[in-house]
Amino acid sequence: MVTIKELPKEEYLLKGHAACAGCGPSIALRLLFKALGNKVILVVPACCTTVIQGPYPFTAFAVPLQNMLFEATGAAASGIAAALRIRGLEDVTVVGWAGDGGTVDIGIQALSGAAERETNFIYICYDNEAYGNTGLQRSGATPYGAWTTTTPTGKKERKKNMPFIMAAHRIPYVATACPSYPLDFVNKLRKAKEIKGTKYIHVLTPCPTGWRYDASKTVEIGRLAVQTGIWALYEIENGKFRLNPPSDRLIDKSKRKPVKEYLTMQERFRHLTEADIEKIQRWVDEDWEYYQALTSMERCF
Amino acid sequence: MARIVIDTANHIAGYAAKAARVKVVAAYPITPQTTVVEKIAEFVETGEMDAEYIRVESEHSAMAACIGAAAAGVRTFTATSAHGLALMHEALHWASGARLPIVMVVVNRAMGAPWSIWPDLSDSLSQRDTGWLQFYCADNQEVFDTIIQAYRICEDERVFLPAMVCLEGFILSHTYMPVKIHDQDEIDAFLPPYKAGWILDVNNPVTHANLVSPEWYMEFRYKIQEAMENAKKLIPEVDREYGKRFGFEYGGLVEKYQCEDAELIICTMGTMGAEAKIAVDNLRKEGLNVGVARIRVFRPFPIEEIRRLAKQARMIATIDRHISFGMEGFLASEVKASIYPLNDKPLVAGFIAGLGGRDVTFKTIEEIAKKAWKWLDTGVVKKETVWVDLRE
Amino acid sequence: MGVPKTRREIPLTPLSFPTVGSMGRTGSWRTFRPIVDYSKCTRCTLCWIYCPDAAISRRDDDSPEIDYDYCKGCGICANECPVKAITMKREEE
Repeated sequence: MVTIKELPKEEYLLKGHAACAGCGPSIALRLLFKALGNKVILVVPACCTTVIQGPYPFTAFAVPLQNMLFEATGAAASGIAAALRIRGLEDVTVVGWAGDGGTVDIGIQALSGAAERETNFIYICYDNEAYGNTGLQRSGATPYGAWTTTTPTGKKERKKNMPFIMAAHRIPYVATACPSYPLDFVNKLRKAKEIKGTKYIHVLTPCPTGWRYDASKTVEIGRLAVQTGIWALYEIENGKFRLNPPSDRLIDKSKRKPVKEYLTMQERFRHLTEADIEKIQRWVDEDWEYYQALTSMERCF
Repeated sequence: MARIVIDTANHIAGYAAKAARVKVVAAYPITPQTTVVEKIAEFVETGEMDAEYIRVESEHSAMAACIGAAAAGVRTFTATSAHGLALMHEALHWASGARLPIVMVVVNRAMGAPWSIWPDLSDSLSQRDTGWLQFYCADNQEVFDTIIQAYRICEDERVFLPAMVCLEGFILSHTYMPVKIHDQDEIDAFLPPYKAGWILDVNNPVTHANLVSPEWYMEFRYKIQEAMENAKKLIPEVDREYGKRFGFEYGGLVEKYQCEDAELIICTMGTMGAEAKIAVDNLRKEGLNVGVARIRVFRPFPIEEIRRLAKQARMIATIDRHISFGMEGFLASEVKASIYPLNDKPLVAGFIAGLGGRDVTFKTIEEIAKKAWKWLDTGVVKKETVWVDLRE
Repeated sequence: MGVPKTRREIPLTPLSFPTVGSMGRTGSWRTFRPIVDYSKCTRCTLCWIYCPDAAISRRDDDSPEIDYDYCKGCGICANECPVKAITMKREEE
């Protein structure tokens, strides 16, 4: 089990990039490179990361990066993976790095196809629960009740459960993560690298600009997401579901912080009524009953 | 060993992809292209073709996968038709902006609504602005040869652009013709190993295609236009070299038949160009000096060749298997645009024929020529655009 | 890789090269700057791992070195420091 100090000092996301102050996805990007090093080829569709690179002729990324059409991360990654295999470059990892919009909405088809074809790559959805790049419109990953520019009175629908959708493809590895738990994320990335086939990691990345909180709270809010059970850290490895620490101890509801603590820290939930919050709490509790059942199964997918 | 096969243009396209040593094929089935990819799947699974066939889940993904594979260093191929081509439209722009030498067979088919599976050239012609080279074939041998030539042209460092090799659905795609598959060693000597102008490489990390401000975007577009101009010079050279090596050549950008003394030149594309030769023979028996200029390469458009022909002839009749709604057929427009600067301009009459697979035979073309000739005699083109054989 | 000045110098397609400060001197975005009290610092390196901008590097003794040319002043380091060794101070200018 690696410690933070054992993580390499080299940076492959170079300082002076264009992300907002306090950007959660940027922390996740640094952790990506701490985990995998620089023998990676990134495929990045239209998303916040497109802009984070900075403008031509400069880039903040010290690894090969293919910018890609919004829908097409999974497909472009399939092409790159095929070419690398043909050229015998077995030690280069293909990583699709896409926002939630480019994953659960417009990108879902290409990702689903890539997974069904058992494409050998790691797909990471960094989820700031909106279309951040274009100014914070709602996505299928926006949670119930959240303000976005296209849901100004709060989203009426629930968040799409993308990790389970991917697990239903029977890919060898699905995981959730959060940069507030850096070693958990790093371990999952390193584990994924050693597995052949499609690996999907969904990382919740708080966004001060979109979620409306003080930029200094990014890591704290991510932690609260996990501590309240709104975001569970788990792996589904060859169909077997397993909660990771600290989520493994949160099956006991009394150990979970009330969701209100998480919601009230963010202006995007400012207009929620008590009834809304109760509804959200109930859904979280239902999800955790489900997680408990899944944990006891030999295989769920 | 060179050999003769008797096969459909679609299967021949598969043979060509194999002969070109394509390494990644990413394609999605659509009528009438399906037998291209079925043939390739057969080649790959029997080990006859050393390539990976990515059975993508849409045409948009097909082009994206080709872009990824080409950027990561291998020769790629795909094929599609009509709505599949339309679906990958934004990816076509991306591929040419990325300067990747992808070759794609387009089995021409009409666009809906409503559904039609029969051929016309609307699908590929409506992509004329995407920065792709466009070749139009008149028979199965030309399909084979043009695919091989296309890789050679696209991977030339003066070009580095993708190319469409177009063949009409059902007229060629499913029609058996004898085709000479040339000796593989000869093809390897003609077509060197894959080369692209840049590559995704962990030892030399670059970011491709991040934001370019108004400061530089125009210059990158200008470079694409320059590459097209270079292709215009290179295509006839490559065709001639191919002709010397393999015995088949196609006139470079424009295949001309009996144009030297022609007063009326029929200007058309694809299989209508082949039919038109028969029409020309018949018309000449009746004393009409007609010639055919088959536009083999629509992009880059052979402006200079058209001007040369315009100087010889008194009239050009274009036959478009396509209509740009609200204007006219593209061939008509582009011929007129090409000859505009000339002081002495021939008459130009535009004909629309064969949409949605309506048959265009040599008889149809003879009638078109005779109608045009009447106007030539009077010196006035009565109707700028005529829809041929239109029901009342 | 130098900044191109003429059309001849640009590549055939936009290829960008890894650059520190790709977006300029992002330290100018700051309103508050983090100040480290090294006497309190326990060298846990959490501030280093949580900085979204990689503006904090680790000295040989694992204490943080903040690059004020690029620090955007988000305050995550101060918020996360377990011993409150980092405070956010308003920029004077």
